[in-house]
Amino acid sequence: MTRLAGGLIDRSLPLNFTFDGKAYTGFQGDTLASALLANGVQLMGRSFKYHRPRGVVAAGSEEPNALVELRSGARQEPNTRATVAELFDGLAARSQNHIGPLDRDFLAVNDLLSPFFAAGFYYKTFMWPKAFWEKLYEPAIRKAAGLGSLSMLPDPDAYDKGFLHCDLLVVGGGAAGLAAALTAGRAGAEVILADEDFALGGRLLAESDLLDETEASVWIATVRAELDSLPNVRIMTRTTVFGVYDHGIYGAVERVADHLPTPGDKVRQTLWRITAKRAVLAAGATERHIPFADNDRPGVMLAGAMRAYANRWAVSPVKREADAIAIFTNGDDGHRTAMDLIAKGAKVLGVIDVRQTAPRFGDYEVFAGATVTGTKGRLGLNAIEITRNGRSEWHPVGALGVAGGWNPNVHLASHHRGRPVWNADLLSFVPGADGPKGLIPAGAAVGKGGTEEALADGMNAAITALAGIGIVAAGIALPKAANAAAEQVAFWHVPGKKRAWVDFQNDVTVKDIALAHKENMRPVEHLKRWTTLGMATDQGKTSNISALAVMAELTGKSIPETGTTIFRPPYTGVSLSVLGGGDTGTTFRPRRLTPTHHWAEAQGAEFVEVGQWMRAQYFPQAGETHWRQTVDREVLAVRSGVGLCDVTTLGKVDVQGRDAGEFLNRLYANMMGTLKVGMVRYGLMLREDGHAYDDGTCARMAQDHYVVTTTTANAGLVYRQMEFFHQCVWPELDVQLISTTDAWAQIAVAGPNARELLSRVVDDFDLSNEAFPFMACAELTICQGLRARLFRISFSGELAYEIAVPARYGQALIERLMQKGADLGVTPYGTEALGVLRIEKGHAAGSELNGQTTAQMLGLGRMVSPKKDSIGAVMSRREGLAADRRRLVGLKPLDAGTQIMAGSHLFTAGAAQTMETDQGWVTSSCYSPHLQSYIALGFLEAGDARMGEVLVAANPLEGQEMKVEVVSPHFVDPEGGRLRD
Amino acid sequence: MLIPHPLLGLRDSQEFTYLGDAALMQRPDPAADGAEAAFCDYVFLRDNPAGVHRELWFHEQGDRSWLVVTRDTTTHEILGAELASNLKLGAAQ
Amino acid sequence: MKFSGFKVVKEALTGHKGWAPLWRNPAPKAEYDIVIVGGGGHGLATAFYLAKTFGELKVAVVEKGWIGSGNAGRNTTIIRSNYLLPGNQPFYELSMKLWENLEQETNFNSMVSQRGIINLIHTDGQRDAYRRRGNAMMISGAGARLLSRDEVKQMLPFLNFDNARFPIKGGLMQPRAGTARHDGVVWGYARGADARGVDIIQNCEVTGFRIENGKVLGVETSRGFIGAKKVGVSVAGSSGRVMAKAGMRLPIESHVLQAFVSEGLKPTIPGVITFGAGHFYVSQSDKGGLVFGGDIDGYNSYAQRGNLPVVEDVVEGGMALMPMIGRARLLRGWGGLVDMSMDGSPIIDKTGIEGLYFNGAWNYGGFKATPAAGYCFAHLLATDHPHEVATAFRFDRFERGYVIDEKGVGAQPNLH
Repeated sequence: MTRLAGGLIDRSLPLNFTFDGKAYTGFQGDTLASALLANGVQLMGRSFKYHRPRGVVAAGSEEPNALVELRSGARQEPNTRATVAELFDGLAARSQNHIGPLDRDFLAVNDLLSPFFAAGFYYKTFMWPKAFWEKLYEPAIRKAAGLGSLSMLPDPDAYDKGFLHCDLLVVGGGAAGLAAALTAGRAGAEVILADEDFALGGRLLAESDLLDETEASVWIATVRAELDSLPNVRIMTRTTVFGVYDHGIYGAVERVADHLPTPGDKVRQTLWRITAKRAVLAAGATERHIPFADNDRPGVMLAGAMRAYANRWAVSPVKREADAIAIFTNGDDGHRTAMDLIAKGAKVLGVIDVRQTAPRFGDYEVFAGATVTGTKGRLGLNAIEITRNGRSEWHPVGALGVAGGWNPNVHLASHHRGRPVWNADLLSFVPGADGPKGLIPAGAAVGKGGTEEALADGMNAAITALAGIGIVAAGIALPKAANAAAEQVAFWHVPGKKRAWVDFQNDVTVKDIALAHKENMRPVEHLKRWTTLGMATDQGKTSNISALAVMAELTGKSIPETGTTIFRPPYTGVSLSVLGGGDTGTTFRPRRLTPTHHWAEAQGAEFVEVGQWMRAQYFPQAGETHWRQTVDREVLAVRSGVGLCDVTTLGKVDVQGRDAGEFLNRLYANMMGTLKVGMVRYGLMLREDGHAYDDGTCARMAQDHYVVTTTTANAGLVYRQMEFFHQCVWPELDVQLISTTDAWAQIAVAGPNARELLSRVVDDFDLSNEAFPFMACAELTICQGLRARLFRISFSGELAYEIAVPARYGQALIERLMQKGADLGVTPYGTEALGVLRIEKGHAAGSELNGQTTAQMLGLGRMVSPKKDSIGAVMSRREGLAADRRRLVGLKPLDAGTQIMAGSHLFTAGAAQTMETDQGWVTSSCYSPHLQSYIALGFLEAGDARMGEVLVAANPLEGQEMKVEVVSPHFVDPEGGRLRD
Repeated sequence: MLIPHPLLGLRDSQEFTYLGDAALMQRPDPAADGAEAAFCDYVFLRDNPAGVHRELWFHEQGDRSWLVVTRDTTTHEILGAELASNLKLGAAQ
Repeated sequence: MKFSGFKVVKEALTGHKGWAPLWRNPAPKAEYDIVIVGGGGHGLATAFYLAKTFGELKVAVVEKGWIGSGNAGRNTTIIRSNYLLPGNQPFYELSMKLWENLEQETNFNSMVSQRGIINLIHTDGQRDAYRRRGNAMMISGAGARLLSRDEVKQMLPFLNFDNARFPIKGGLMQPRAGTARHDGVVWGYARGADARGVDIIQNCEVTGFRIENGKVLGVETSRGFIGAKKVGVSVAGSSGRVMAKAGMRLPIESHVLQAFVSEGLKPTIPGVITFGAGHFYVSQSDKGGLVFGGDIDGYNSYAQRGNLPVVEDVVEGGMALMPMIGRARLLRGWGGLVDMSMDGSPIIDKTGIEGLYFNGAWNYGGFKATPAAGYCFAHLLATDHPHEVATAFRFDRFERGYVIDEKGVGAQPNLH
């Protein structure tokens, strides 16, 4: 155990956990990383490429090395950073990306072969023999690559999504963020304060700095208490603001239950979309390291992280208490770590400071003008080589802290592709002026990392932000604080012949950057892509700037001339579960049910998806063993008796106004304005580009009132298009539109007995052919007073009606019709029978009206009225459309018992089958019980002139080919006598 | 994105459906000479500016009004929104 | 320098001293035979084939930033030739054949991996449409398989078969489809073109065209005027912006398409899967990241970034299809600037200005077309005639009424 005194852990609450199956104990307030370090565990993982032993480097979300598989079973969570995993009792974690035990990883052989695995090596080899890539090389690479693994089981936890609104969003609850939130909170603004940590305080928790001459935790607690008491302030800990989107919308994930063994009745995480009028980015800064030879051993970590472990978690990073700790720094900041460690009683070898005139702030040795030039220790650091003035000597140490300066966390400020700018005094990039509108960076995020300056900057940022939205905020009394000494020099890496790691996770070394430079992969994005630098799970948080500096040195340019890198969302990885939140099963998309759905369900109907709708597909009866039996029965019932089909899903639009007729004239290819009141007309709608778009019926209920229908699939689109022309093109027309698809239940009553059946429900209404002929429509009442609309239209080709009643009476209507028609053989039919009936009649549906066809192709060319303009009329005359000779035809197999598969292509008999000789394709096919033959519809080159020709329908996809005869698409009652009787 | 609906205030863009350039409101005269060429231009060609763009959004899950939104395509900043029918009627007067 | 396993071993043993720049950084010359505007995959492939196949020696590629900085480096790396229409399918099949020999042709491992693509089927109507498409693929020689539900389940057992809003009823598979390493494609072509004398000029933005009497004389750039007998523009999402400098309006809108990658995972999914009902497609990179995407954001944009609703929509689709990916994390997303056309299909054609040629309108599908687009654009630039598989990709197809509309949604780019 290497626990120190003090810290912000609760020693009264010990927690048991396991790592790689071995049991350990930590305390409430620990992270997995701090608890492992406290137990003397340095080795936590393996690197991506060379499988080098790796220990923890950082103390926050930037951690590149200490990645584990957390939890087990369906909750297994790969690539979890041990540095942010809160310890809970029973936590189980495993190291990942190794074969065999972690300390004897078989794949460590890669490290021995590392000269062969230089940057970009795989682009230069594995090309021969050609077939070996997929079969041999790639599977081997894929198996070795990747990091953690998925359980391959569905996530059992629940997730939620929500919206929040505020005046000011404060991102980060450190010194600057707390000052900002308190300033805004006291001013009465609606404030959200979000921090990824489970505790507020940020870097204040990691430092020994005093506020008002006492421990910072006291001030933090006071501020937290006041913020908690303000009803206009919402504190959200364990919440990462991961992205800035347009117009002040921020994406955030709240980890509601990740610190618990299981979420219980809570959701695990919540995705928040926070709409903030203004935001303060107080995200702090991330420390960078200094690459030197063999700098990647467990035990080498960031000096600031070391300080955090010592001060916040009371942990020394060494395996044994007796081991000494050294610090390697290019500035004053490293000395703070030495001071804090000494204050905690840890054994400090000294500070290796690259500056010849290095300061000394306390009782420790200073190696001025010195660098670290080597390390030893296979699975953990046991010695470092210190070189001064050309003289090197080895010193035994158990840990080394590296302080290379701090990079402001500019990430969110560049989410709108604004570029950070170089600050030569700070030796770092700071947010540029072209960041997201309304986002003001403050504190260490702009390089003001001293406690005193961060507090003041946070307060001022809040005042400025609120002033922008008309809220006057007064300054607040800030605690007395100091800015620690922060002198530093530009020192980016220790030159040498051995490998010096820049990106720990992806194993990118200074040599790799030199090689990239040599191979002209010099633009920073080429460097990253060639070497994979910064592409690891930490997104280069600890490595990008160091890499830029090395490249700058090689090119002889300055760092900003060499390049900048910008960051895109997310700031840290976001679980797919929370983004996909919740509705992933049968509720993934809405399900629209027809008014007769529950009735059909009770009849035992099978259902089919039609867009969002569920429609009855067919109604099997006892004894029917195959769906075809059922469908054949339903079809024959319609042709010989009467059938009922719910057609509510067809789009319905109510069109009213003095100019309704003129409006529809312009929308439909054919004339609608001349339609008589009380009559219906089939309508064809084109797109403005001249192609067929949709079809349906227009019923003129009154002089200034039409009811039009659309196909099910296009209901929303056609209504949108109608509103577009109404509002954007012809707003001067007196017309009003409303979609009534869901308001009316509509049932098709089809078959020779349809009139008789209807006569039993209408109230005193003359249904005779003379009084109510084919294509008539009327408003009437049925069943003693129920308001209804009746249309004598037919999709099946039989005597047929569609009757509409307010949607809530839909089920009652079908029940009444079933009851009244029992002696007439009334039969409910579904979409399958509907399809057969329409194919038998040669009516186009979705397969024919697929957006690629024209009115002429559909055999409806004459419907495009030359007497008037309408949408698409002009463009339908273009050469390519006018000259298109493909036509809708009927197809009959020479062998009536063989199905013509829809999707087959048509060829002239005996011709080679190529794209050039392709004559058309089969759009729809079915078995016609009426004709006792399979039949089909299709488009065929010059089809109208090829009646009687025998073609080949080829389906090489399924190894089929058959002969078919070209016939009229009107298989049943081509004269249309039945529907007019 | 948030769209400043002239009647309803700031609304989430998810309530809207996007169509494209507001030039689509200027349907050519089908009876004019060269109507086919004018329609080809109208239907198929776009200015597609990198910068300020006047464009049509339909408040499909709202009040069903078509809006002309002025938006910068390089920053997504919205500079204004008007009812399309008002604009069209105003232009006609 | 020839790349090979032998060379890699030799350099490893001798301290990597023998590697040379993959391409030069030449200063622009005063004049070239052909200047290609745009150093993306298409532009570099064009230059490569001009030099290698068509013997054009004085060729330059001018690129505003660094090569591969546009959509070539911002896509989901899928390659396939599973189109329906005769104007498209032979072109994409040529592209697939070029992919299959790319590494040997460029001596650069672009990691072309033919692990197959499966388009899932959810309804009978969709199966009919896919059968038509699959048969077009068979007839064109691309190959296809129509899979039953059980066959899909055997190949992809982790999909949501039991609790889905859109139950899986089968799939259309192209076994030869797969992925390629996008940066590797750019670099392979660049290196191959450079070795054949092409000048690749980075950080050189075209600011205008010099046009006299209806003929192009060269390009004005941030590095001065560069003369050219012919200029080929291949700038994807920037097409509108660049061609406007030549006074042209295009049948194109620029939109943003987002794509995403997860943190690295051990092998999880075998090939490419597309889920049309949920607007989601996915593959896994060799490094282990799940690479996925969905619909475009849907509004005109040059911002190269998208918004959160589409991120959620795409991941919701992914979770509905593969509920076992939930515990993985989204690591990175990016927004590509895509040149959506009025029929969803591309243009490789001359313009009304003599000597000015255009390759664009690739919508969200330019990556898979890279080799054939380069080859066909080179063919057009070198011979002044379209290649036989690209004869339909003309500007005048719109006015003449010969659109190539695979989706059948008409002149609304955000629906393609």
